[in-house]
Amino acid sequence: MSAQDKFYWLMGGIGAVLLLSSLIGWVLSRRVSGESGRAVVDNLNARIKAWWIMVAVFAVAFMLGRMATIVMFALISWFALREFMTLTPTRPGDHRALSVSFFIAIPLQYALIADQWYALFSILIPVYGFLLLPSLSVLAQDVEHFLERAAKIQWGVMLTIYCISHVPALLLLDIPDYAGQNALLLFYLLLVVQLSDVLQYVFGKLFGRTKIAPVVSPSKTVEGFVGGALSATAVGAAMWWITPFTPLQAAGMSAAIVVMGFLGGLVLSAVKRSLGAKDWGSMIQGHGGMMDRMDSVSFAAPVFFHLTRYFFTP
Amino acid sequence: MLISALLIGITRALVGAAPRWQGSAPSPAQRIYFANHSSHIDTLALWSALPRALRRRTRPVAAADYWNTDAVRRCIAVRGLNAVFIERQRSEATKDPLAPLTEALAAGDSLIIFPEGTRNLQPLPGPFKAGLFHLAERFPEVELVPVYLENLHRCMPKGTFFPVPLICTVRFGAPLARIEGEDKTAFLERARRAVIDLA
Repeated sequence: MSAQDKFYWLMGGIGAVLLLSSLIGWVLSRRVSGESGRAVVDNLNARIKAWWIMVAVFAVAFMLGRMATIVMFALISWFALREFMTLTPTRPGDHRALSVSFFIAIPLQYALIADQWYALFSILIPVYGFLLLPSLSVLAQDVEHFLERAAKIQWGVMLTIYCISHVPALLLLDIPDYAGQNALLLFYLLLVVQLSDVLQYVFGKLFGRTKIAPVVSPSKTVEGFVGGALSATAVGAAMWWITPFTPLQAAGMSAAIVVMGFLGGLVLSAVKRSLGAKDWGSMIQGHGGMMDRMDSVSFAAPVFFHLTRYFFTP
Repeated sequence: MLISALLIGITRALVGAAPRWQGSAPSPAQRIYFANHSSHIDTLALWSALPRALRRRTRPVAAADYWNTDAVRRCIAVRGLNAVFIERQRSEATKDPLAPLTEALAAGDSLIIFPEGTRNLQPLPGPFKAGLFHLAERFPEVELVPVYLENLHRCMPKGTFFPVPLICTVRFGAPLARIEGEDKTAFLERARRAVIDLA
């Protein structure tokens, strides 16, 4: 099967799953009674509707090709960083460092992917960003909370630019016998991460009893995590045919994606709470902000990228 | 049209500018929207937050000594925003500085004004200038809608040339009630409080 055919099969499958979810959502909305049940179903339907839109946007970007995909992720970083910095208290002295993060760091990081300059891509933000962003802030001569401010900015750019950029960076990898199919690997990563989130949500709503971390994220339960993680790993293994992996390798990769995604959701939930917010924003109907959707991706992408690079490229 | 669409697109990508109608609903009634002023993006943010139909009949008031100085700014102000220019420094003592504003109101347009008269470094507005009072007296039937622009002081504070994209919300309050015989100072302070109450 060619990469093109695999892509159509994938889209057809996702379309069928979404159609089924919309149907279930419709049936639920006709049957539900009670105020809290109504709120849950309304939110579920808003989420499903947002999924249609997100899948459509991704599909169009993939079909338009490599450049469109890179630009789309640059925009995702832009909106995610905007949400992060809106909630983060900064001072006027940080203005220059923040402008540079948005207008220089984001375009540069993604240009390096387009240019296939891996060496600089992998150190731009951890090395140059780390050293130069506080150097810009220091010129404003405001020492109040300087370390906290510098740390928060670095966290923001690492998560929203560096980590997220590892998704399109999969296009850089030179995997033997897989030339021209890297876009499918990118799709695979997003599919497993998001599916894991969705299945954890579903299992949690159906069987959730024991909370994992009630202080950080009251909606995460042991039952939800185990059910979601196992089923997402199983689906990931069953999707081996779009990857360069064997079914067993695909199961291992999916498990890594699922665990990192879970940790990302948890850590970013703690960050969000320490900033005093419940959602990162309101961009995506029913889900919250861009970062509410990308939190698990930001943790899973770099690890998946490096595992693939280490084990599957010469 | 094209310039307006471009300006709105840029504004939304930069600061979002999502409206929150807290005390009033969008309405074609003739209005003066008055807001706190902390950045060059304020006018664009408030204007972008209005529904398209209202935008067509709502004209921002812009300082002539800034927006009417070079071709780019003039193009944004006149062709993009359909702005009304106001002279902040009065050149002739006899000329009424509010004349361009009263003309626009007499023609049935709504206005966006920043009664502080200049950009403020603080998020909350400072004392208001008298213009709002005189316009309210001359046009008693026009609704006075307070607006609070949230977060814009962080986006592009006075003295910076590049914005930082942060999500900004435009909060619209309830129209200011008219109080018969209220003096200028009391009115301006009440108007300022109405903006602060939205923060």
